[in-house]
Amino acid sequence: MNEPILTYVTFLPLLGLIFILPIPQKSESGKNVIRGIAFLISIFTFWASLRIYGAFDASIAGFQLVEDHVWIGSYGIHYKLGIDGLSLWLVLLTTFITPLTILSTWRAIDKRVKEFQVSLLVLETAMLGTFMALDLFLFYVFWELMLIPMYLIIGVWGGERRIYAAIKFFLYTAVGSLLMLVCIIGLVYFHHNHSGHLTFDLLQLYGTPIPRNYEILFFAAFALAFAIKVPMFPFHTWLPDAHVEAPTAGSVILAGILLKMGTYGFFRFAMPLFPQGSDYFAPLIILLSVIGIIYGALVAMVQPDIKKLVAYSSVSHLGYCMLGLYVLTRQGVEGSVLQMINHGISTGALFLLVGIIYERRHTRLIKEYGGIARIVPVYSTIFLIVTLSSIGFPTTNGFIGEFLILLGAFKVNKLAAVLAATGVILGAVYMLWMVQRVFYGQVRNPKNLHLKDMNLREVAYMVPLLILIFWIGLYPNFFLSKMHASVDHFISQVKVEQVEKTSHVALAQSIREAALSASKAKE
Amino acid sequence: MDKYIFLIPLFPLVGFLINGLFGKRLGKGVVSFIGCMTIAFSFLVALFIWKDLLSLEPEQRVFTQTLWEWMSVGGLKVDISFLIDPLSMLMILVVTGVGFLIHVYSTGYMYEDESYWRYFAYLNMFVFFMAMLVLGGNYLVMFVGWEGVGLASYLLIGFWYQEMDNAVAGKKAFVVNRIGDFGFVLGLFLMFWTFGSLSYQDVFPRALELFEHGGLSFNSPVLVAICLLLFVGATGKSAQIPLYVWLPDAMAGPTPVSALIHAATMVTAGVYMVARTNVLYTLAPTALLVVASIAAATAFFAATMGVLQNDIKKVLAYSTVSQLGYMFIGVGVTAYWAGIFHLMTHAFFKACLFLCSGSVIHAMGGDQDMRHMGGLAKKMPITYITMLVATLAIAGLPPFAGFFSKDEILGKAFSFAYYPVAGKIIWFIGTVGAGITAFYMFRLIFMTFHGEFRGTEEQRHHLHESPPTMTVPLIILATLSIVGGWLGIPEIIGRALGHVPNLVEGFLEPVFEHSHNILSAHAPHVHVSEAVEWTLMSTSVVVAIIGISLAYYIYMVHGKDLPQKLAEKYAFHYQVIYNKYYVDEIYEFLIVLPIYYLSVFFWKVVDAFFIDGIGVNGPAWLVKRLSSGARLVQNGYVQTYGTFMLIGLISILCFFIYR
Repeated sequence: MNEPILTYVTFLPLLGLIFILPIPQKSESGKNVIRGIAFLISIFTFWASLRIYGAFDASIAGFQLVEDHVWIGSYGIHYKLGIDGLSLWLVLLTTFITPLTILSTWRAIDKRVKEFQVSLLVLETAMLGTFMALDLFLFYVFWELMLIPMYLIIGVWGGERRIYAAIKFFLYTAVGSLLMLVCIIGLVYFHHNHSGHLTFDLLQLYGTPIPRNYEILFFAAFALAFAIKVPMFPFHTWLPDAHVEAPTAGSVILAGILLKMGTYGFFRFAMPLFPQGSDYFAPLIILLSVIGIIYGALVAMVQPDIKKLVAYSSVSHLGYCMLGLYVLTRQGVEGSVLQMINHGISTGALFLLVGIIYERRHTRLIKEYGGIARIVPVYSTIFLIVTLSSIGFPTTNGFIGEFLILLGAFKVNKLAAVLAATGVILGAVYMLWMVQRVFYGQVRNPKNLHLKDMNLREVAYMVPLLILIFWIGLYPNFFLSKMHASVDHFISQVKVEQVEKTSHVALAQSIREAALSASKAKE
Repeated sequence: MDKYIFLIPLFPLVGFLINGLFGKRLGKGVVSFIGCMTIAFSFLVALFIWKDLLSLEPEQRVFTQTLWEWMSVGGLKVDISFLIDPLSMLMILVVTGVGFLIHVYSTGYMYEDESYWRYFAYLNMFVFFMAMLVLGGNYLVMFVGWEGVGLASYLLIGFWYQEMDNAVAGKKAFVVNRIGDFGFVLGLFLMFWTFGSLSYQDVFPRALELFEHGGLSFNSPVLVAICLLLFVGATGKSAQIPLYVWLPDAMAGPTPVSALIHAATMVTAGVYMVARTNVLYTLAPTALLVVASIAAATAFFAATMGVLQNDIKKVLAYSTVSQLGYMFIGVGVTAYWAGIFHLMTHAFFKACLFLCSGSVIHAMGGDQDMRHMGGLAKKMPITYITMLVATLAIAGLPPFAGFFSKDEILGKAFSFAYYPVAGKIIWFIGTVGAGITAFYMFRLIFMTFHGEFRGTEEQRHHLHESPPTMTVPLIILATLSIVGGWLGIPEIIGRALGHVPNLVEGFLEPVFEHSHNILSAHAPHVHVSEAVEWTLMSTSVVVAIIGISLAYYIYMVHGKDLPQKLAEKYAFHYQVIYNKYYVDEIYEFLIVLPIYYLSVFFWKVVDAFFIDGIGVNGPAWLVKRLSSGARLVQNGYVQTYGTFMLIGLISILCFFIYR
């Protein structure tokens, strides 16, 4: 067994708490020390996660760097971690976003600094664990562990209605998760009946024969838990509330990483564990994705609050991710994975930007601004670049993701692809309209006349995001090449049970061709 | 030199980065130097590549260069690659050549502006993306340029963003273009799943192969669909019905921008795209008919809208929409080279017209209303003469450039092989439109340069000829508006003059070779006798002269009262045309407002009330109510609990006794 890199990375943030906890936070310098240590720990975690990238072998389809230890032997529960071409990028995204987030809280969070940074670091460990866990029990532990620090971040450091938003966030996600837990146990039970031994190991549970009705039921429960997290229409209403009330750092983590838990759950658990159930619900999920894309964009368009606008745009963007996953073509799925990363970067960056201006003016209402491009040119330029990324402008990351997803979808479901593509138009409408109202025209509000432009620290945490926006946009192969094998494997896993159905399609195809040639012959 | 193709877009990109990042600190001299020289270098590189291209046999005149593999997923492999053939060569020469002149002109025109550096950064960015569009070796690189020039256009239309109207116009341009791009992208999807590639060098041979082996036939639905979807993109970028509405508003940008982006180069991208895709279009005659019909309608209606505009730039804007219509008629009736030829001559004379109008606006202190002008010819002779030359060119009088290119298009429409009847109708509409063009362009000349000056005293004192940085580009462009036409003279005139070759057609021939082969093999041959050709040619000249005479009669002879009288007599028609057929208002009412109110309904009713109010908070409320009901039982009083205990005990006792 090699060095357990995955465990190191996962628990590094938690280990860092040892250094933070004893420091008193009465004085300003104490607070800065806490912030500094938290930042260093997260940077160190990022550096460590780069070693995962180094050790990753793109040619292997299955899981790599696997660590497996018995945890609760009598129930077949293991401590098992591993990564593939999807989780590799989500892990890197997590370790990459966290230090930037910590930098962004330097001034924004001034009360209970220690508790805040501790929450962030615990959250990081929980998120990393969720992305790497290969044992359903372990996964569930990390999954639920994420809720607590996030609940605190919204509930303690949030805005006016923070308690309402935090409880809504907590209960909504918990309801879905509990149903999932029941079905995890059900799945293990069926596996036990079939094979005679008790295990929560994901790799062994793949392909468990389950009666069709139960498979559909289990999938529904898993899908509900993940659909709430994504969030898919109509389970999305917790998101705008949570985003608006959460502090900037909370929004960034929430949009950047936590939402990916939903799509990741579909990719890793719901779809490959229950291919028949997935197939049964596929039309509904594609429908809801397309509705989400258009509905999210339309509702985003009429929001008076910038943060809420960005929150609804997430509903639209995540709709693309789900659509890409469900068309089960290589372009669609790889586009979807890339779009998960893209959304983390672009929407994370948007929330950071909204946070910057909120810190100065303590309002996020569009009508409070107007004409500030002249006052804060650096901020405006960066905002425009991130906007372009968000609306899928070619040469930025957003274009690659959307293009691949729609291209992949077009092959399978033309109507869905065409409808989803209208989201590209609407995206330009709501983002550019907001940009116009915030940045262009005359400065009408005298309070904006003395807005300060971005300082060095703020530029410092935006620049890495900007680099990634163009990196993915110009050379996506760097990212795509690592996921080919895993995505192929995923597609074969999910499609394997549908041989009967595809032969059906082939039959229809051949009939159509015969008819065509007959009509040609007539001519 | 073909290893250096990448330098053509690279220079403007570097210029953009330097001016964009450091321009504020560099000072105007350095900014202008970087801005202009990068384009000059690109032009020089293009010239060298041209020389190399000409040294090859015509069939082999193709250079390609692949920089890196952009994305490869499954069967999709897209490279960042360039392709230079005669078509893209001609385009890039126009883009960098005219682009350079307009950059030089801008150093004079924009000198007073406080955001001078930002202007040049954007302008360089535009040339970068335009070069990507033209040079791209596959449709996706073309799309990068396609959306990129849209971004540059957005930023430059809203360059003076402190005026909200300008910012709104910029956004409108971007969004309308996005609607077109929506079609374009769908066209690409269909193309990829049909031919398995997006690269020019794969798609066209495969299409021909499939055609020969019966996999595709004339007007195969998939071919027609691809061509029409791509054309949707073209209607956005090249301002055709129904998506032309952004271009008139785009005049909010600085005038050199209107000349470069909204007249000479960017808006012609759609014509280039159709010409580039000529193999597919030739195999889809129905799509061609749609292109030609929409083009003819656009050419005609835009011309009528130009007649009553009083803003000098708006006249030119509608005239651009109209002229783009002529280009699309050209490519739509399979006269691809003629469409491109008109694109080139139009780039010369329309850039010249816009720059002249800029010179006039400069002299008028920013005033664009022709009702305030008049008699400027004496004060600004160079501007007057160059603008007159360009106007004669657009009016289609020999020997100016527009005559040759427009006439070629109309002649080819008359002999449209696929749909002879439709071709004749299109010819007729186009010819009438040409007469209207001559009318409104001379109306512009007469109102601006002749008669009495009608502006304020202050403006009168301010009147002056523009500095040489502005007039020299004017003179060059005016010269090109004369000689440009002689590069592509029609066969019969060439014969009459003694075997003068048609250089443009000959140069472009290899690009359209396959289309010509398909046409000669499969399309009915339409023979047009020499006499008919001469008649057609004279007809357009006569129509142009009628238009000019009418303008002279109305605005010169009876300039004082006749326009007013006509407006009163035909008040209804006047109002409808003056308000541009109310198209903007109709769009607003039928599309924009319904979507807006639908969105508000989704937000307030569906989202807040039904989904969140009833669906999510409903159960929460229910739980709360139920538990407050249950709470009554658990009130903490021992007596209550005792009573319940007693009731329970009695119930159990009863149960055991009476069961």
